[in-house]
Amino acid sequence: MNSYISLTTADLLLASIFLGMNAAFSILLSLRLERQLIVSAARMITQLFLVGLVLKTIFTHSSLWLTVLAAAVMVTFAAREIWARQDRRLRGLWGIGLGGTSMLLAGTIVTVFALTTQIQPTPWWSPQFALPLFGMILGNTMTGVSLGLDTLHTALYRERAAIEARLLLGSTRWEAVSAAHQRALRSGFTPIINSMAATGVVSLPGMMTGQILSGVDPQEAVKYQILITLLIGGATGLGVLAATFASVWRLTDNRERLRLDRLAAPRT
Amino acid sequence: MPALRIKKLATKLIGPISFDIAAGECLALMGASGAGKSLLLRAIVDLDPSSGSVMVGAHARDDMPASEWRQRVALVPAESGWWADRVRDHFPATFDATELTGKLGLAGSFEWEVGRLSSGERQRLALVRALCRWPEALLLDEPTASLDEHATGLVEDLIRECCGKGMALLLVTHDRRQAERLAKRLLRMRDGRIDQTSEGAP
Repeated sequence: MNSYISLTTADLLLASIFLGMNAAFSILLSLRLERQLIVSAARMITQLFLVGLVLKTIFTHSSLWLTVLAAAVMVTFAAREIWARQDRRLRGLWGIGLGGTSMLLAGTIVTVFALTTQIQPTPWWSPQFALPLFGMILGNTMTGVSLGLDTLHTALYRERAAIEARLLLGSTRWEAVSAAHQRALRSGFTPIINSMAATGVVSLPGMMTGQILSGVDPQEAVKYQILITLLIGGATGLGVLAATFASVWRLTDNRERLRLDRLAAPRT
Repeated sequence: MPALRIKKLATKLIGPISFDIAAGECLALMGASGAGKSLLLRAIVDLDPSSGSVMVGAHARDDMPASEWRQRVALVPAESGWWADRVRDHFPATFDATELTGKLGLAGSFEWEVGRLSSGERQRLALVRALCRWPEALLLDEPTASLDEHATGLVEDLIRECCGKGMALLLVTHDRRQAERLAKRLLRMRDGRIDQTSEGAP
């Protein structure tokens, strides 16, 4: 079981044959997809080689600060992505800060917890374990938070008449936005719930597949996958909860008002 | 003592504005669209941040929680908001609306679906909704804008009845004759301020 088969450059070239055939078909049938196909494949290859290079450097140095720096870069990109995926965003620094901070908090708590109590590498922040784990948790939390915030902001904007009607009848801000908030939470949680339900039956998770291909006993790979999925689910939930509560707090005030003036106009 | 006293009320867009309404009085507020009438009503009920002071009876707005304030001073906006499917779910469970809905020609409407209401029915039910907690002051933003003559008459009768029971009423209207029918005093707004020369009988 422990036979790890190393891939050569020739193997990778061979693997690109089918993609090359697709490009040829695209030219033959004038689908005009060949350019995009080749460019995105080239991007994928370059980016992954670069990431491989960066990770190797970080792993060999095994420095805490280098690990933290890499994690910070990942968080920055993810926060930018959350910001970009919302149609209506909070004005000012809140726009990128609120989603980013929620994701950072949830991701960090869960990653540190898993590293110190379950996986326990030495040292506990060992980049070989910390960075891939943090990356997977961050990626999923990012999706949840951006969906949750996007749904929340759109709902608060569209349903402002109903929300203000409730405020006018003496409801508190939390009562008045409860329907919109619930929908936002549900939409943030849905991807992780769906993927947990389908995992193993419909699709074999990428990480587990990777481990099995590189020679790990399937039962061991499954245990790792369960651990990761539980962590991802937990972090996504925490991130979505934190982000939507914080955003409701920001978009209302202590005089029970709906403050849509703190929401920016959508992109045109 | 006036029932509703507004002193130097200002937001980013309107004011400063000062006026009083006595208990049982109906004050009409007119002015071109965009003059800030609806913004003034929103500021009074504290839906938009504002400076200055608003008092109902002896109670200052800023001395009580906003939810309590809005039960004393109710606003019925021009466009009503609904959050549940059935009309009934927008009212307190203990509230018996038979009398009020009957007076507005909407008997039995509690079992209706909100999605099927006409704009006139919505407008009248929003008025019932604001009245079911019996506020001390009532702010109405064009309460008969989408009503026919008969329904308008029913709403005006109810407004008179509220004043008769001591409620202070602020009525925003575009209909000069309606102001004459209901109010003894009229204010005009222009560019976010009360036109001081305008005060008088409608």
